[in-house]
This record gives sequence, structure tokens and C-alpha cells, in this order.
Amino acid sequence: MATPLVVSEVFKSFTMHLRDGIKLPVVNDVSFSVASGECVVLGGPSGIGKSSILKMLYGNYAVDSGQILVDHKDRLIDIARADPRTVLDVRRHTMGYVSQFLRTVPRVAAVDVVAEPLVARGVEATEARKKAAELLAKLNLPQELWSLPPATFSGGEQQRVNIARGFITSHRILLLDEPTASLDAVNRQVVVEMIAGKKREGVALLGIFHDEEVREAVADRILDVTQFSPRKAVAA
Amino acid sequence: MTDTPLLKVSGVSKFYGSRIGCKGVSFDLWPGEVLAIVGESGSGKTTLLNCLSTRLIPTTGSVEYRMRDGNFRDLYHMGEAERRFLMRTDWGFVHQNPVDGLRMTVSAGANVGERLMAIGDRHYGKIRETASDWLARVEISTDRIDDQPRAFSGGMRQRLQIARNLVTHPRLVFMDEPTGGLDVSVQARLLDLVRGLVNDLGLSAIVVTHDLAVARLLSHRMMVMKDGHVIEHGLTDRVLDDPREPYTQLLVSSILQV
Repeated sequence: MATPLVVSEVFKSFTMHLRDGIKLPVVNDVSFSVASGECVVLGGPSGIGKSSILKMLYGNYAVDSGQILVDHKDRLIDIARADPRTVLDVRRHTMGYVSQFLRTVPRVAAVDVVAEPLVARGVEATEARKKAAELLAKLNLPQELWSLPPATFSGGEQQRVNIARGFITSHRILLLDEPTASLDAVNRQVVVEMIAGKKREGVALLGIFHDEEVREAVADRILDVTQFSPRKAVAA
Repeated sequence: MTDTPLLKVSGVSKFYGSRIGCKGVSFDLWPGEVLAIVGESGSGKTTLLNCLSTRLIPTTGSVEYRMRDGNFRDLYHMGEAERRFLMRTDWGFVHQNPVDGLRMTVSAGANVGERLMAIGDRHYGKIRETASDWLARVEISTDRIDDQPRAFSGGMRQRLQIARNLVTHPRLVFMDEPTGGLDVSVQARLLDLVRGLVNDLGLSAIVVTHDLAVARLLSHRMMVMKDGHVIEHGLTDRVLDDPREPYTQLLVSSILQV
């Protein structure tokens, strides 16, 4: 099996056309890979481009140049160049993403929000809902909330719905953008255990964790994003 | 992933005299895919939608549709009767104003049942049962089945129009500003409903909207139009999170935050 995720020589900048076309460089020459069963943590101060890297890998941001190679259904897909349909198929089957904030859809119950990625992969709805309920229970979300839409939940409750949604599938690659930011100690520990479980299953994980304790517990390797920052020359 | 598109659009242009309606539009639409066409008023999005759905014949270009038998047919070289049959059975068209898509003086049940009769259903009891089932799916109380849509609110009329379109299990639905004239609470309900139905039925859809939030919620892929041209095209998340073109950046930065 190929390495699940290989990033090579990726450059990214924003051109702000509404601000006289100024060009803001984000990251230069990003190269790294994540092996199966490994958890790599992106390190460095805020604003250095950690979230931008995750968004490029997931296809939310376009890249200026370089390659993002994903082993998808035994084929290598370059996310930087793939058409939208292929990117969506990669998201459905190979690469999951737990964002910092849950994007809520009106009127959809928490348990269905969590079950949705499984249903999208063709799992039967009752089966998917059962698995969703197990995860929500594990994350200590009170059962009376399961059938409510998460729009009115607290930050920590929404975050747990988001984590359950990201962890429910058996995607081979999982991107985590501060999944423990608004959780209490008990639930942080649950997430740490869930990440360890994913590693044992051979999932390649790439994450951002500001909480030092969590980072210590999950990281196999810390990748300092400062080295890719176009501003490092100025800072030095 | 199926490897054949449902619709192949190449080089579609429509001129009104010397004025451009839309110019040089090409794309493929795949089964189960929802494409949003966004842009401001007068950007050509409705002209394009009307060309794709054969309500207008373009000046140049071709649109090929994969029929249920698997063969592609050029829509503009089809007979009028055949095209009408396609529109009544395999396609749906949801108008911005439900009055344009409904018959206001026949009952809600008949509005839904009419499409079933067009595909050959004759059994009154069955038609009524299916109609009543569809009213429930779009959250219209079934005791309103004999009322005329004249007596319905705007949101109910729009839901009825959607039921009328989906009852024949079309494979492709065109929507022109489906939430255009509705207030926000009704919009949210309708969007959620459409999103659920599109997922459950595996429909392909082309949705024209000027509302980027609607595009984000419903579509996989997005085309941005300006002055009749497609200026940006890509994954919906990508176009909204990292817009590349000056005009798209302007559109995205103009969204009001609540």
C-alpha cells in the first residue's frame, strides 16, 4: 500500500483583488508525508498557516503549485489538480475532516448529522444511526440532545457532534483542526483514546492541537510549520 | 462513482440580437450531482438555465442528455413531442414563482396527480394515494389535498410545486431561485426539505440562485456568472472559501454576517 498522504513542494498565496491585488503569501514549499498509523501534529504560532494547510489538503483552498497525493481506492489522486467530483469522492471514502466549528444545517438532528457520512457511503440508515448513537454516548453527549438539531448546543456539545461525525467512518486519512479546543478534561481524554484507536487501525492522522497535554499524548511527530512560512526570513 | 455524465453541455451561447445572454458555456453534469449557478441579476444565469432545459433554443452549442436507455440524445435535435415528454417525466422544473409551475384552479392533489397521469397512470385511487403521500413528504397536511393552491401560503405553494415535480421520480431537476420570494424561516425549511429529497432520491439538479448560502447548503459544484460568461467554476467549498476571481471575491465578501 502506498503512503496515504504525500505533500510535495506546495506553494499557496492569496491575491486580494479588492485590495488593489496585493498578494499575501501563506506557505512556501510545503513538503511532508503521513504514514499509516501515524499522527503528525502541525506546530507553530497562530497565523503561520496550519489551518490553511489542512484546508488545501481537503480541497477547500486551491494551491498555486505543488502536489497533494492521496492514495484513494488504490490510485494516486493529486488533490491540487483533481476535478470537484473526484475531490468529493476522496472526501466520501478516503479523507475525513473534523473542523473547528460545526456547520449546522437547520432541522437535522444531531444523531443524523453524525450518521450522515456513513449513509453517504451506502450504509443503511438505522445501522448508521446506531453507530452514531454509540459514538455520542462515548463522548458523553446527553441522550436527550441526540434528536435535537445542534444549532442551539453549547460550543463543547457542538464540538463533540463534530468529532463523532468525523470519527464514524473508517477513512484512511483524518484531518483534525483543534478537535479538543472547547472540551473539558474528561472529554479531551475520550478524544485522545479515540485517536489512539484510529492509529491502531492504521489511519494516517494530521492535526492541529494547541492543548499541550493532548499534543503530547497523540503526536508521533511534530511538524513545525514555521519552516514553510514566507515570513520566517523577516522574523529571523 | 459512475463514469458517464447525465448531461453534456458544450459551447452553449445565446444572443439576443447583438446582446449576450450567455456565452460559450461548457460542462458535464454527473448523476447525483447538484450544480449551483450564481451571479447577480442580469448575469445570464436564467438564460443559461432556460437553454439547458430547452425552454429557450441557444444560438450555438449543443446539450446532450443520457436517456434512460443509456443513449445520449442531442436535446435541440429532438422532436417537440419527445422533448415535452422528457420534461413531463424525466425532468422537473421548479420556478421561482410557484404560480408559473402550478395550476392554480385545480386541487393540490390534482396538481401532483397530473404528472402521474402524463406517464400513464390511470387508477384514481392509486394516483390519489401517491399524491397524498407526496404532500406528506413536502410537509403539507393531507387534509388540504382537495384545496386549490390559491388558498395556500407562498411557502406551501413552493412545496407543492416541488412535490408536483418529484412525483414522477425525475433524474434531473432545474430550479430557478427556488427560495427567492420566501421569508427566511420558510426558506430554511424548504432548503432542508430539498436537500433531504435530493440526497434520498439521488437526483441531479441545476439550481440558479443569487444566494450563496443556498448554494453552499445545496450544491456540490458551483459556476459563477458575470455578463453572460462563466468566470469561475469549481467545488462549492473551494469557490466560497478561496474565491480566485475579482468578481467572486466581491460576491463572497458582500455576504452579510448574522
